[in-house]
Amino acid sequence: MPAPKIEYAVLAPVLILLAAGVIAVLVEAFVSRKYRYVIQTTLSFSAIGLGILSVALNKDVSGRFAEGSVAVDGVSVVLQGTILVFSLLGLLLIAERGFQSFTAQASTLPGSADEQRALASGLQQTEVFPLTLFAIGGALLFPAANDLITLFVALEVLSLPLYLMAGLSQRRRLLSQEAALKYFLLGAFSSAFFLFGSAFLYGYAGTTTFEGIKVQISTAPGNDLFLLVGLATLTVGLLFKVSAAPFHSWTPDVYQGAPTPITAFMAAVTKVAAFGAFLRIFYATIGGMVWTWRPIIIVVSILTMAIGTIVAIAQKDVKRVLAYSAIAHSGFLLTGIVAFNKSGVEATLLYLATYGFTTLGTFAIVTLVRDAGGEVTDLNRWSGLGKRSPLIAGIFTLFLLALAGIPLTSGFVGKFAIFSSAYESGNISVVIAGVLASAIAAFFYIRIVVLMYFNDPQEDGTSVMIPSPMTAIAIGVCALATLILGIFPQPVINVIDSLAIFVAG
Amino acid sequence: MSLDYYLYLSALLFTIGAAGVLIRRNAIVVFMCIELMLNASNLAFVTFARMNGSIDGQIFAFFTMVVAACEVVVGLAIIVTIYRSRRSASVDDARLLKL
Repeated sequence: MPAPKIEYAVLAPVLILLAAGVIAVLVEAFVSRKYRYVIQTTLSFSAIGLGILSVALNKDVSGRFAEGSVAVDGVSVVLQGTILVFSLLGLLLIAERGFQSFTAQASTLPGSADEQRALASGLQQTEVFPLTLFAIGGALLFPAANDLITLFVALEVLSLPLYLMAGLSQRRRLLSQEAALKYFLLGAFSSAFFLFGSAFLYGYAGTTTFEGIKVQISTAPGNDLFLLVGLATLTVGLLFKVSAAPFHSWTPDVYQGAPTPITAFMAAVTKVAAFGAFLRIFYATIGGMVWTWRPIIIVVSILTMAIGTIVAIAQKDVKRVLAYSAIAHSGFLLTGIVAFNKSGVEATLLYLATYGFTTLGTFAIVTLVRDAGGEVTDLNRWSGLGKRSPLIAGIFTLFLLALAGIPLTSGFVGKFAIFSSAYESGNISVVIAGVLASAIAAFFYIRIVVLMYFNDPQEDGTSVMIPSPMTAIAIGVCALATLILGIFPQPVINVIDSLAIFVAG
Repeated sequence: MSLDYYLYLSALLFTIGAAGVLIRRNAIVVFMCIELMLNASNLAFVTFARMNGSIDGQIFAFFTMVVAACEVVVGLAIIVTIYRSRRSASVDDARLLKL
């Protein structure tokens, strides 16, 4: 029996990140506390740097590797590159030490003497770095998986560290722990659905590889019971991960409770990874079933946009507003899946790239608005921010306009691309819903802008921290990307268009 | 005996698990119900492996067990932390995060 063939060079991005994660665990165990932070940040940043390099080397690769369980093609290269860039920006926020976002020791009881002692002694936990590296490794593998087993394992490697990271907040630890519990229980629940769906798809196709399932769908009649049960439950699991309605309820709680740098990381990276997998499954694998799944995804998409935008209006917490905005954006992204044409794939990739920068930037700014007790997320206390610190308020306004999809920002380019692809495919209903939802969404984004500029600042100790270089770089890059992608998007569109081809099936 | 019965049992176990997640209040019990759902999927996997005459399903079942073990580690860590800070593992008590 021949030994399995593993193409290490092609799989390098995933392998580098996971290896760095393992090394980071060893660093936690063996290196003295004094040096850990420096070593962990160096290790994490260099792993991501190497990862970006190896993704760039893969740009002309197209094929199935590791015995057919991983597909590396233009689409996965774009997605992995995007994920790594967002991870780099997210890591800048996570590594910030100018102010503490993470608890000194996660195992201490909130409000206990142990916690006080850990804080007073200046402990700074660094467990978050290995967890982040594992999550990035899983995120890189998720959109490239070409096999149900790999897909499931990648999903869990992505999710399990995130459950823990959500519970690490320094302030409001009870909220943070509650967010971790909710995220974990609902995430595991959705994984179970995902797994049950995988079982029935395997039962239908007799193989776990995507091309095997695709061949089976194209040859056998498409109304097989196993196929339908499998697809339905697998879709439920995936919709959970992209926080589409009616499976969105965890999103606001987790986004609000998690430490803000983690929220930023999660909002950008998991969305890219999950929609990448969505594309590979719905477009490249079960495309033969498009007449069955399209109506369902249309309904889910419209519902998600509606809930995301309408409920966001009533929110009073800036992180919750952004969470509902993330839900609405999932709805917009689903229109790219509904389109089911090549321009839909390209538009989805473009939208993910534009959206990630913007959402990372917004959460990065949320980490800066603070008072003595930590971050201030109550929207009323953001009033007058434009008078207090015009620069930060200005950049935040830019991000909000991009989220609303105003021209000359990246959000407009992404929305235009994704709605026109859906229009091309003749699915007018989602386009109309999308445009209406965008109009409603603009209302609450503009409301925050009005609040920041036309209200007087309150004297309650809310102030904007001067960002340290790390956060400043992250915000700067996000703001620049939002502007450049809004004004000169063509080079990026050309790159995506030339690469966005799935490996031939 | 027809292999179909194993699938019926799997679907039944999965449904019991899903219902348990939605109904039960204690986080540990909810978590056990999730494990039941995973095991129901495993039963489906090995049944399909037998039906299709391929070994992939059995391999998948092993992967599921490993993943489930990891999930237990992470899940119990979170539940124990919550219990220590609130003296309660009821999911109904976890309602600080609201509109």
